[in-house]
Amino acid sequence: MHPAPSVILFSTLSGLGFGLLFWLGLGLPDVTGWVAFAFFAIAYLLAVGGLLASTFHLGHPERAVKAFSQWRTSWLSREGLAAVMALLVMALFGAGLVFLDARWAAVGVVGSVLSLGTVFTTSMIYAQLRTVPRWNMPLTPVMFVSMSLAGGALLAGQMSWATGLLVLAGIVQVAYWMLGDRAFAGSGANLASATGLGHIGAVRAFEPPHTGSNYLLREMVYVVGRKHSARLRVISLGLMAVVPVVLLVLPFNHVIAVVAVVSHLAGVAVSRWLFFAEAEHVVGLYYGKR
Amino acid sequence: MTRLPQETDKKLGLVIDLDTCVGCHACVISCKGWNTENYGAPLSDQNPYGGAASGTFLNRVHSFEAQPREGAAQLVHFPKSCLHCEDAPCVTVCPTGASYKRVEDGIVLVNEANCIGCGLCAWSCPYGAREMDVAAGVMKKCTLCVDRIYNENLPEQDRIPSCVRTCPAGARHFGDLGDPDSEVSQLVAKRDGMDLMPEMGTSPVNKYLPPRPKDQIESEIDVLAPLLAPIAEEPTGFLAWLDKTLEKL
Repeated sequence: MHPAPSVILFSTLSGLGFGLLFWLGLGLPDVTGWVAFAFFAIAYLLAVGGLLASTFHLGHPERAVKAFSQWRTSWLSREGLAAVMALLVMALFGAGLVFLDARWAAVGVVGSVLSLGTVFTTSMIYAQLRTVPRWNMPLTPVMFVSMSLAGGALLAGQMSWATGLLVLAGIVQVAYWMLGDRAFAGSGANLASATGLGHIGAVRAFEPPHTGSNYLLREMVYVVGRKHSARLRVISLGLMAVVPVVLLVLPFNHVIAVVAVVSHLAGVAVSRWLFFAEAEHVVGLYYGKR
Repeated sequence: MTRLPQETDKKLGLVIDLDTCVGCHACVISCKGWNTENYGAPLSDQNPYGGAASGTFLNRVHSFEAQPREGAAQLVHFPKSCLHCEDAPCVTVCPTGASYKRVEDGIVLVNEANCIGCGLCAWSCPYGAREMDVAAGVMKKCTLCVDRIYNENLPEQDRIPSCVRTCPAGARHFGDLGDPDSEVSQLVAKRDGMDLMPEMGTSPVNKYLPPRPKDQIESEIDVLAPLLAPIAEEPTGFLAWLDKTLEKL
C-alpha cells in the first residue's frame, strides 16, 4: 500500500496524543493549573494536528463533516465520531483541572475510554480489510493500542508504566511482523483464485491492461523500499522501544526524557511507514505483482 | 445509507465469457466513451499524449496465461469491471454514505456529491474495480450503465451496458442473475459460471464463464507432409560432384 505521508503523520501523532489523553484522564499525573494546561496543550496539539493532517489526503476535505454520518457500518466514520467525542469530553475535564482546580474523576475516565477507543477505531479501519491480509489480523488493533498506551505513558511521565508498556509494545510489534509475513499466503488468495483459471494449470499474468501506470498500481501495489524492510524493522524497534527503555533506566532528567520521547516517536513513525509499505493488497495479483 | 440491503429485487449484472473474449479492448474504449460524458464526473486522463500516460477506467482487460501440465499454454483475455457484489465491502466502509447498493436492482453506485475522496472503498475492493479520478477527486466505478439500461430515449437494443452493446465477440452478457430463468442465469448454470476470489466473501453478482478445454492434437494432421519428405538423402550425379568440389576448396 502507498505510504501516504499525511496518513503516517496522522496515525503516529494522534496515536501519541490520544495515548497521553488516556493517562491524563485517569489523573496520571495528577496535575492542575498551568502544569495541567501544558500537558493538555501537548496532547491536543498531537491529536488535533494528526486529525488535520489526515484530511490532506482527501479528494474533497470540504465535505469531511459528512463522514460522521455512517457510524453504523463504517469504521472510518466511527473513528471521526470517537475522536470528536474524546476531544470534547477531555476538554471539559481539562478545563476543570486548569481553571477550577477541580478533578471530575468520572468525566476523566469517560474521556480516557473514548481516547483509547479512538485509537482502536483507527486500527479497525485497517484491520477490517480482508483485501490486505497483513492488516486483517487481530494483532493490528493490539499493536496500535499498545503503542499508544506506551507512548502516552512516556509523555505523561509515568515511568514505571512506560517501561513495561514499551517492552510490551516491542513484543507485540515483533509478533505482528512475524505473523504478518505469513498473512498473505494464509489468506487463500492467489492468481488461481483471482482468475478462476487454476483448474487449467499454473497461471501467470501475461499482459497488463495498459502500458502505463494507474491509480490502483500507485495506491495499492506499492513496492519501493521493501528490500530495506529488515533493516528498517531493526531501526524502528530500536528507536521505538529499546532506546527509550534504556534511557528510562538511567537517572531521570528532562533532557533524557525528551530524547526518549523523540526516539519513541521516530520509531513509531518508521513502524507506520513499514505498516503501509509492506502491506500487500490482493489486487496486485491481477497485475502479476504478488 | 451504507447498510447493505438484505435482499434486492433484482440482481442485475454481467456474465463474461472467457472462452469467447478475444482481448480486443473494444469494451474498454466504449465504456470510457460512454461514461466520460454521462453519469457523474468525466473519466480524466493525465498526460495522455506524454511519456507517462495514465487515466481513469471503469473496465480493464488483463491477459493471463495458463500452462497445463502437458501441452501448449492457453492465453485467456480477462475483462474486469465492478462485480456489483451482494456483500459489497466498498459500501459498508464508506464514511459518508456516498456508496450504496440499490434495493431495486442491486447496482452499486457512488453519489459523487457526497464522496470525500478518502479512497477507503478502493482499498476494500479485492478486484480493483474502483478508481479515484485524479482531476475530480471522487471515486469512479462501473454504474452498469444505469443511464442506458432504463433510458427510454435510446432505441430498445441500446438499453444494455455500453460494454455489452459493443463487444464484437459476444463475450459479455447482461441480465438479472437473481432470476433463475433468465438467459444469463441459464448460461451460468450451463457453463459452470464462477466467482472471482470467493475467499474474500464478497458474493459477486457478475459471473465468469471458464474457457472450454482446448482440443488436443493426437496425431499428424497434415496429410500432405508425407508426400513432401526429401527423396534423396545423399546427393548424386552433378550435385554430388558440386558438393565434393566445394568441400575441397
